[in-house]
Amino acid sequence: MSKMPALHVFEAGRLGDLFAALHSDGWKLVGPRVRDAAIVYDEIGSPSDLPAGWTDEQAPGSYRLRQRGDGALFGYAVGPHSWKRYLFPPAVRLWTASRASGKVSVNIEPGDAPATAFVGVRACELAAIAIQDKVLLGGAYADSDYRARRDRILLIAVNCGQAGGTCFCASMNTGPKAQGGFDISLTEILDGGHRFVAEAGSERGAALLQRLGAAAAAPGDEAAAEKAVAKAAAQMGRSLQTDGLPALMQRNAEHPRWDQVAQRCLACSNCTMVCPTCFCSSAEDAPDLPLVKAERWRRWDSCFTADFSYIHGGSVRPTIRSRYRQWITHKLSTWHDQFGTSGCVGCGRCITWCPSGIDITEEARQIRASEAKT
Amino acid sequence: MKTIQDLIAEHAIFRDIEPSRHALIAGCGRNRPFVNGEMLMKEGDDANEFFVIRKGKVLLSIHVPGRGDLAVETLDAGEIVGLSWLFPPYKVQFDARAIGTVRTIAFDGACLRGKCDRDPVMGYALMKRFAQVMTSRLQATRLRMLDVYASAP
Amino acid sequence: MQARLNVRADPTLPEFFRVRKRRRELADTWTLELEPGRPFGFLPGQFNMLYVFGVGEVPISISGDPANPEVLVHTVRAVGKTSQAICALRPGAMVGVRGPYGISWPMNEAAGGDVVVAAGGIGLAPLRSAIYHLMAQRERYGRVFLFCGGRSPELLLYSAEVRRWRSRFDIEVEVTVDSAASQWRGNLGVVTKLIARAGFEPSATTALVCGPEIMMRFAVTELVSRGVAPERVYVSMERNMKCAIGLCGHCQYGPQFICKDGPVFSYAKIERQFKVREL
Repeated sequence: MSKMPALHVFEAGRLGDLFAALHSDGWKLVGPRVRDAAIVYDEIGSPSDLPAGWTDEQAPGSYRLRQRGDGALFGYAVGPHSWKRYLFPPAVRLWTASRASGKVSVNIEPGDAPATAFVGVRACELAAIAIQDKVLLGGAYADSDYRARRDRILLIAVNCGQAGGTCFCASMNTGPKAQGGFDISLTEILDGGHRFVAEAGSERGAALLQRLGAAAAAPGDEAAAEKAVAKAAAQMGRSLQTDGLPALMQRNAEHPRWDQVAQRCLACSNCTMVCPTCFCSSAEDAPDLPLVKAERWRRWDSCFTADFSYIHGGSVRPTIRSRYRQWITHKLSTWHDQFGTSGCVGCGRCITWCPSGIDITEEARQIRASEAKT
Repeated sequence: MKTIQDLIAEHAIFRDIEPSRHALIAGCGRNRPFVNGEMLMKEGDDANEFFVIRKGKVLLSIHVPGRGDLAVETLDAGEIVGLSWLFPPYKVQFDARAIGTVRTIAFDGACLRGKCDRDPVMGYALMKRFAQVMTSRLQATRLRMLDVYASAP
Repeated sequence: MQARLNVRADPTLPEFFRVRKRRRELADTWTLELEPGRPFGFLPGQFNMLYVFGVGEVPISISGDPANPEVLVHTVRAVGKTSQAICALRPGAMVGVRGPYGISWPMNEAAGGDVVVAAGGIGLAPLRSAIYHLMAQRERYGRVFLFCGGRSPELLLYSAEVRRWRSRFDIEVEVTVDSAASQWRGNLGVVTKLIARAGFEPSATTALVCGPEIMMRFAVTELVSRGVAPERVYVSMERNMKCAIGLCGHCQYGPQFICKDGPVFSYAKIERQFKVREL
């Protein structure tokens, strides 16, 4: 049983001091900001860069920003970006090879990721980072680029005070409260004075809170924080029934539901791009024209692309039916066989950003329901 | 020295038939050897015989004008040569030729057909077994049609 | 226990080996012998990622003799951009190599019983290392059978070597082709027939099967119907591969990653997946 960290509290106006401390320690800050009518993760300088007073309205295939009418700095759920943008970037050069007088030499890319503090990491995202840690670092071979970036981050988590329109973290046991894996977690309270209840999750986090001079939280602060999280948990509009789900998916490889979803799925691969745990990548070789230098790049890939499964002669999964089935079965079922957990954290992004509004919880529900009938 | 009846008792094609009927079937069969290159049957002939290969290899082929003899399949010890004796029009479909010395039991198809007509229980048992041979040959042939070893297009 | 070798520091970096020899096997198939400059240890059934400078990287099984690690042998069929480029490399050229990867053929588990090796077409290439091993440690195994299926007599891989194996007294070699001229004196028919007729003891047999997936499907069905335990029938599976180290996700086959949980699998382990189309 880990020791219970004390809860602290500080006024919202002091958030800038926390940012300043991080900056002076050499951290680059990345956090939520409004851009292109969405809340995305980008470099931030001060709390004024945060989406103050904004919230999001999410539904299958739909995302809108709306003014809240208050000054909440974290009053929204997650947007199209996930932290894998920074830990597992869309394009990374792995090495450069050069050829001279019949010899080839290869140079590994030096790690260039600056020390980065992630601000505003939600519980589901912490779970997603833990899942990607297992995938990319837990096997016989680790991804060295991910390792280098992962070792140079600091995590400021935020506990959600309201559920997003497509969230289902409660049923996935990944939120809305951040349980661990962060340096500091914050719960934003608006009633009775705009403030943050803060919990240290590491020595680093505790030191920062101490430097901030954050006071111990009063029982009223604690209660307010718990109430905020409970409100978020109660608001979840959907759930995924996970018991027996892995076996259910593997038993139903020929279920007629796959034909049905295949008619709606465009194989656009949005879901895999926004999903915080999807990790498929491709290796690309990029030579220069005289074929003296060649680079190997790692790029995001998606199992929805037509040639993802190409072997001589054709793709093993030529139909959208088989590709959708592959994605959802991997996410909800075979991920367990491979990594010991579900691949899904219940963030709802795949539902929001699917142009056809396909809902992963609904697809699983339909398979389960029709099995129960027979 | 095994008798034809002994060989019938051992052979898979006659497995479902009661021993009491083995003598009946043996009555339709006789030992028949072939030398290298000798024809067991020719395409177009009346199909009145079939052979159980005891030893050796038989090549099935078909003659295509302009292309000569095209090899279709090889059959080995224990296999049946000749299925057309079972069904009208009772005409041989392929040439069958001995590769090296081949020892067979040759069965009089017309004789055995008559006995099956008179004894439907035996007829059904025999038909089941022959159907199995045909099915397995058909499956194998279909597999070959797929040309699975070819380079991808 | 099937072992893995050579876990290296940075697994995305190829080493470059010189091509020592190049031999044309068939119209579209070449064997390259590479000089690793050091003993390149591997187990039968494992593969390397072969990289042609600036072109691409593909998984190719190792076809050489595991007892002779000073030479690295790969037989490659030119079916795409990178494999064509590999087949065009001349002696003296450099090839990038990452590996060896993958689970090997169960040479230890197979000891003490009969061994059936069923190869279809280019499937003989990943099996050749296993055959070398069987012959080098012959006394550990019971009867050893090799069944080779191919398109036609002229398109049989390693045909001279198969003929040499055939002339040994301690291995039973049968070859069959899908089509042949009428002068062909060998078998004409599917490789499953050779399995159906052979004299191995099913209750004490380990089978190693490799070839086009459809050929493996039928061969496995035949072996199992003859009484070989599904746990003792092994196949070598193939899927698209990019990283070969379990990180890129491409080679997934149901719950398994072909690169690290395979390519060799016991049929019992993947029986369910084998039957699902487009998996």
